[in-house]
Amino acid sequence: MNVNESIVVVLAASAIFYGTPLVFAAVGELLAERSGVLNLGVEGMMLIGAVTAFWSVQHISGPDWLVLLLATLIGGIAGLAVSLIHAILVVGLRANQIVSGLALTIFAGATGLSSYVGNVARLGGQPAHHEFAAINVIGMDDAPVLGPILFHQNALVYASWVLVLLALAYLYRTRTGLHLRAVGESPQTADVMGVDVALYRYLHTLAGGLLAGVGGAYFSLAITPNWIDGMTSGAGWIAIALVIFAFWRPELTLVGAYLFGLFSSLGFVLQARQVHLPPEVLASLPYVMTVVVLVVVSTGWAKQRLGAPAALGTPYVREER
Amino acid sequence: MRIQRRLTTPRWLLVAVPIASLVAAFAAAAVVLLAAGKDPIATYARMFDRGFIAPGALTSTLVTATPLLSTGLAAAAAFRMRLWNIGGEGQLYLGAVGASGTGLALHDQPGLVIIAGMILGGVLAGAAWAIIPGLLRAYFNTNEIITSLMLNYVASLLLSYLIFDSQSFWRDLSTFSARRFPQGKVLPDAATWPSFDLGFAVVPFGFVLGILAALLLWFFYRSTSFGFEARVLGDSFSAARYAGIKTRRVVVAMMALSGALAGLGGASEIGDFRHVLDPRGLQQAGLGYAGIVVAALARYNPFTVAVVALLLGGLANAGYSLQGPDFPAGLVGVLQGMILFFALGGELLLRYRISLGGRHITPPRPLAVATGSAGATQP
Repeated sequence: MNVNESIVVVLAASAIFYGTPLVFAAVGELLAERSGVLNLGVEGMMLIGAVTAFWSVQHISGPDWLVLLLATLIGGIAGLAVSLIHAILVVGLRANQIVSGLALTIFAGATGLSSYVGNVARLGGQPAHHEFAAINVIGMDDAPVLGPILFHQNALVYASWVLVLLALAYLYRTRTGLHLRAVGESPQTADVMGVDVALYRYLHTLAGGLLAGVGGAYFSLAITPNWIDGMTSGAGWIAIALVIFAFWRPELTLVGAYLFGLFSSLGFVLQARQVHLPPEVLASLPYVMTVVVLVVVSTGWAKQRLGAPAALGTPYVREER
Repeated sequence: MRIQRRLTTPRWLLVAVPIASLVAAFAAAAVVLLAAGKDPIATYARMFDRGFIAPGALTSTLVTATPLLSTGLAAAAAFRMRLWNIGGEGQLYLGAVGASGTGLALHDQPGLVIIAGMILGGVLAGAAWAIIPGLLRAYFNTNEIITSLMLNYVASLLLSYLIFDSQSFWRDLSTFSARRFPQGKVLPDAATWPSFDLGFAVVPFGFVLGILAALLLWFFYRSTSFGFEARVLGDSFSAARYAGIKTRRVVVAMMALSGALAGLGGASEIGDFRHVLDPRGLQQAGLGYAGIVVAALARYNPFTVAVVALLLGGLANAGYSLQGPDFPAGLVGVLQGMILFFALGGELLLRYRISLGGRHITPPRPLAVATGSAGATQP
């Protein structure tokens, strides 16, 4: 049998495929949390991104690459737009970040705005007119082992790798990145340094919304190219957990995301190979593993170097510092 | 514009701000309706009619409000001490599993025994499901927001497994068609909970139990030493530690209490309304998540939870009965979210004084106001 059809290679390739939306959403949430804003609305922002991106591929005509680029951008902008609500409430109006984030997920999520838009625009049950397909990078997709894993993925997978590199460079190699970390660790100090704390928090919450929207678009344009209410089924929450596993470091979100991509794809891969287990057992794997990994990282040696921004979840009010 | 912390909140504001938030939310949602080409005034009029006025409307509103009361109390009990149990959804499912299981097992007993068993089964199953994130939080310091939420998905899959993919005790396997089209076993008639006809509305037993639970919760927080410990822990974790409060025990117990309340909602879903473990119906209703909205709007006060549950129950009930091309699914969630956003924004008016223009002399900062609590929602 061809080595590229062995279960290990297939699993590795699909782990990357299914993990990619988590990379986008987790890096976005990481940027917001680095500025001190916890946004629990990721699931809602992803669903808004998914529904608007899907609407776009159905209503824009043009060459594949252009439509998909526009649709992904529109999904991102829609995610950004709903994250603005959270930003205004928690940065501008000092509301409780946890309740506001939950409200965002209820407002935009599976029983809210995303479902409303999908219903009004009658998107359910349509096949997508355009979808992200795997591209054969530098003609190496039949290289043994690495071919299917690294050189036969869709454009958003490659974009997510660039994104992680950019996020790393931004956080640790630029002045604004340094200021961002200061805002998340000690807004008082940042304020004294002359950094506009509120502006940083607004911009990074919006960046989180944009990336969550792109992650959502991946669901409706790449994983299952159609629209179903609540199609992200908890990916937004897993992305929030991923930020914790990754100790708030962008490069580690890749590891976590692919681990969860692996658990999400295990069911499909095993089923295709005639392994019979109740589908619910396999479907619950990503959720159970999220709990297990979260317990592992929150205990023992990991606790010493957790890396959570010190000011995460607290509003900054100059007069009350 | 200047924003200053209030030392005291005028009483009229406590009433005016929530009402203004509600009005503002409906105004904002009108924009969403207009964008979809619907007439907002006509839509709201029909919703109000279907929620509260039309014959039988109040009775159906109570049907929706009953589980919301339970899940609202569940969220309020935990959130009040800043324990973010958002697993009400899964705990309600487990409550339904527990209650229908005991109801089926006790099928040849007298009605009173069955009903008592169902309540107990539901409450215990809900509590057991909530204890998992509680223990993880208390002993491993694991974020309970994520774990309780992940368990919602697991609970939902468990429901599907019990009815659709196994030959479980809950599944009806007695007839050929039931084996082809999976469904749950129907509970005996004696397991149907009583209801009280008041003339203008029929009150389900589950709602009465919910009101009773609200009373107990209020009494628990106000007048028991354990409730006092929970309040201290909610205000300051380190203060509770220094005072010698066994914080782990309180965290686990409060999660269990919260889960028990949500489980009561699940038991009532079976005993009052469904009489069969029905995964699809429970999964579509989203009762646990709506409970979070109820608790937050009620500012975690048990009695206000009852009022808000009725209000949002009316909204959800109107949503179900009007659902169609004119009234797309999802609108209820949009409205709930909007109400919550405006209520959160309104909090600012309660806690701070906002003045426009002019120069003010900032009064000296009160000593009692600690910066650390600036982000917390005041109980």
